[in-house]
Amino acid sequence: ALTTGNMAASSDRNPPPFPTAEESEPGLCDMADADSDEGEDIFVSNVGSRFGDTSNKLTCVFRFALSQSQKACIFFISQLTCIQEEEAKDSFDVDVAVTNPEKVGDGMNAYVAYKVSTRTSLPMFRSKVFSVRRRFSDFLGLYEKLSVKQSLHGCIIPLPPEKSVVGMTKVKVGMDDPSSVEFVERRRAALERYLQRVVSHPSLLQDPDVREFLEREDLPRAVNTQALSGAGFLKMINKASDAVNKMTIKMNESDTWFEDKFQEVENEEQQLRKLHVVVDSLVIHRKELCGNTAVFAKSLAMLGNSEDNTALSRALSQLAEVEDKMEQLHQEQAASDFFIFAELLGDYIRLLGAVRGCFDQRMRAWQRWQEAQSTLQKKREAEAKLLWANKPDKLQQAKEEITEWEARVTQYERDFDRIGMTVRKEVLRFEKEKAKDFKSQIIKYLEAMLQSQQRLIKFWEAFLPEAKAIA
Amino acid sequence: MMQEGLDDGPDFLSEEDRGPRAVNVDLQTDAMLQVDISDALSERDKVKFTVHTKSTLPNFKQNEFSVVRQHEEFIWLHDSFVENEEYAGYIIPPAPPRPDFDASREKLQKLGEGEGSMTKEEFTKMKQELEAEYLAIFKKTVAMHEVFLCRVAAHPVLRKDLNFHVFLEYNQDLSVRGKNKKEKLEDFFKNVVKSADGVLVAGVKDVDDFFEHEKTFLLEYHNRVKDASAKSDRMIRSHKNAADDINRIASSLYTLGTQDSTDLCKFFLKVSELFEKTRKIEARIAADEDLKLADLLKYYLRESQAAKDLLYRRSRALVDYENANKALDKARAKNRDVLQAETSQQLCCHKFEKISESAKQELIDFKTRRVAAFRKNLVELAELELKHAKGNLQLLQGCLGILKGNT
Repeated sequence: ALTTGNMAASSDRNPPPFPTAEESEPGLCDMADADSDEGEDIFVSNVGSRFGDTSNKLTCVFRFALSQSQKACIFFISQLTCIQEEEAKDSFDVDVAVTNPEKVGDGMNAYVAYKVSTRTSLPMFRSKVFSVRRRFSDFLGLYEKLSVKQSLHGCIIPLPPEKSVVGMTKVKVGMDDPSSVEFVERRRAALERYLQRVVSHPSLLQDPDVREFLEREDLPRAVNTQALSGAGFLKMINKASDAVNKMTIKMNESDTWFEDKFQEVENEEQQLRKLHVVVDSLVIHRKELCGNTAVFAKSLAMLGNSEDNTALSRALSQLAEVEDKMEQLHQEQAASDFFIFAELLGDYIRLLGAVRGCFDQRMRAWQRWQEAQSTLQKKREAEAKLLWANKPDKLQQAKEEITEWEARVTQYERDFDRIGMTVRKEVLRFEKEKAKDFKSQIIKYLEAMLQSQQRLIKFWEAFLPEAKAIA
Repeated sequence: MMQEGLDDGPDFLSEEDRGPRAVNVDLQTDAMLQVDISDALSERDKVKFTVHTKSTLPNFKQNEFSVVRQHEEFIWLHDSFVENEEYAGYIIPPAPPRPDFDASREKLQKLGEGEGSMTKEEFTKMKQELEAEYLAIFKKTVAMHEVFLCRVAAHPVLRKDLNFHVFLEYNQDLSVRGKNKKEKLEDFFKNVVKSADGVLVAGVKDVDDFFEHEKTFLLEYHNRVKDASAKSDRMIRSHKNAADDINRIASSLYTLGTQDSTDLCKFFLKVSELFEKTRKIEARIAADEDLKLADLLKYYLRESQAAKDLLYRRSRALVDYENANKALDKARAKNRDVLQAETSQQLCCHKFEKISESAKQELIDFKTRRVAAFRKNLVELAELELKHAKGNLQLLQGCLGILKGNT
C-alpha cells in the first residue's frame, strides 16, 4: 500500500522520535541523478522502507521534481486517464509533527507556541529536516489563505481545530491543572492531524503558503482570524447551500454521480454526528466510573482496616488495591475513547462539511457559466438591435463586448468542467483517506482495549490466591 | 463455554450459590428442616413467593408442603422475633428489603414513550435490556427473601419458633397488613429513643473485655460497611451506564455499516458486532459485581446492624441489672419492699446472664459466617472477573485478527 509518512499518527501523546540530520536516509542520496529540476522521469519508485519508522508504515517512496510544462502535461493526462489510477500515484514523502507546547508570555496576552517539525526529501524545501515555532493563529491563518485560493478549484481543504475562548483562558492562567493539560494535548494532536492532512494533499503541498508555513522562521502574524475558524467556514458553506437551493435555474445533471455522492455525504455526516454524541456520553460515563472506583477503593481499604480477621483484612486491602489499579485502567480507557475515537469522529464530521463545500463551489461555477451565457445572449440581442438601427460606433463596441463574453463563456465552461473533475478526484481521494484513517484509528482503539484487558487479567490473577487464603 | 448464559440474561442465580445463606444442617435433634422459595410471581405491585418446606419435625402435619407469602408477611415474622423477649440474646436475621421495581418500571415507561424517536432495532434492543434488568431485580429479591428464611431455619432456637411454623405451614393468608401511619410513627419514635438510649448505653464501659472489644469493633465496622456499600453501588451504576453507551455505539456503527457495501462499511459491521458482544460481557461484569460485592456488603450492613442491636439489648439488660442492684440496696437500707426488689433484681440478673451467654456465641458465629461469606464471594468475584476479562480478550483478539488481515 502506498502511504504518506504517518509518523505523527503512530505516536500518541509522546512526540515522535525525530532522526537527527545525520541519520537521514542514505538511500535517497542514491537518487541524486533525479535531483535536477529539469524534467526527468516523473515517478521514480524505490521500494524499501525509509524513514526508519518503528511502525513501518511507509513502504514506497516517490520522488519527483517537475517543471511548469510537466505540470501542465500531467494535468492534461489526468483528465484522459481513469481517475482511479491517478489515485495510486498520490504519495509524497513529507512528514510533519506538532510537539512541545510551551506557554509564551504572561497574563491575558500569553499564548501557546508549538514546535512544527518537518522531515522531507522533496527538493522544494530548503533542507531535509527542519522546524519552526508556530502559534494557533498561524494555523488559522494558513487555513484562511488556502481556503480563499484553493476552494475555488474544488479542493477539499482540511479544517483546523476549533477556537476555544474558555480553554485558552484557563491555559493563560496556568498550564498545570489536568483540564488545561488535556486541552493543550487535544489541541496539539488536532493541529498535527490538520497539518498532516494538508501535506498529504498533492495540490496543497505545492502551495507556497504551505511551504512558507513549514519553513519560514518568522511568520507575519495572521490577521482577521476572528472571522475564520472551522465553525465560521461551515457557516459559510451552509449559507452557500441555502443560496444554491434557492437557485431558479435547476441544474440538469448529465450523470447522477454528483447528486448521489452529495446525498451520501450528507447521510454520513448525520450518522457520524449521532455516533459522536454517544461516544461523548461514553467518555463522560467512563470518567464517572473512574471517580467512583477511586472512592470505592478508599472505602474498601478502610473496611479492611476495621476487619479483625487478619486474612480477610489483608484480602480486603488487596482488593482495594485492585480497584485502585482498575481506576487507572478506566482513566486510560477514557483517554483512548476521547483522543482516538471521539476526535476521529469530530474531525470527519467537519471534513464532510468541507466536502459539501466543494460541491457547492462546483454549483457556483455552473451558475457563473449560466449567467455568462445569458449575458452573452443579451449582448447578441443588443447587437442585432443596433444592426437594425444602423449605429456603426455603438455596433463596434457591441461586437467587442460579444467577443469578450464569448471568451468568458468558454472560460467558465472550462472552469466548470475542470472543477467537476477536481471534485470527483478529491472526493475519491478523500474517501480513500477516510477509510484508511478510520481503519487505522479504530484498530488502534481496539488494541488499547486489548492491552487493558490483559492488564486486568493480571490484576485479578494476583488477587485470587489472596482471596482463597482467607480463613 | 463462554457463550453460556450470555444471551439469555443474568441467570447467575440458578447456580448453586445464592449469596451468604447458611447451609441447612441437622442440629442436635434428628429433625431436618429445609426451606426454600421454589417459585415467585410478580404482579402489578406485589410479589408472591411460594415458600416450600421439607421437614421431619413432628410439629408439622406433612413432610413437604408449600404456601404463598408476600413481603409483608416476612416482615411480620421478623418483627415478631425482634419483639420477643426470649430472643433478646440472639442476632435476629435481618429482614429482607422490600421488592423495589419502581426504577425499572419507570424506565420501561419512558422507553414506551420514546418509542417513536428510535429505530425498531434500537427499541427492541432496549426493551430486551430492560426486561433483563427487571428479571435480575426479581431474582435478587427472591434470593434475599430466601436467605432470611434459611437463616431462621438454621438457627437452633429460632427454627423452633411457633410463628415461624405458622408462617411455613398455614396455607391461608396471614392477614398481616403493613403498618399504618400511626404504627410507623410509633416505630419512628421507638428508633429515636433507641438511638438516644444507645448512645447513653454505649457510654457504659463493659467489664467484660470480649464485649467491650465487640462493641468498638461493630460500631466502626458497621459504619465502614455502610460507606463501602453505598460507594460500590455508585461504581456499579457507572459501569452499567458505560455498557449502555457501548450498546448504542454498536447500533450506530451498524447503521453506518449498512449504508453501502464498501470495504469501510464491512469494517464498521465487524466492529459493530464486536461491540455488541463486548458490551454483553460488560453488562455481565456489572451484574456479577453487583451480586458478589455490592449485595455482600449490603447484607453485612444489615447483619452488623442486627449484631449491634443485640449488643444494645445486652447493654440495656446490664443497665437494668445495675439499676435493680441499686434499688435493692436502697430497699434494704430503708427496709421496705425488699422482697419485691430482690425478685426484680434476680430477674434482671438472670435476663442479663442469659443474654450475655448466648450473645457471646452469636457474635462468634457472626464472625465465622462473615469470614466464610466474604471468602466465598471474593473468590467467586475474582474468578468471574477473570472469566469475563478472558472472554473480552478473546473477542478482541479474534476481531483484530480479522480486521488487520483484511486491510
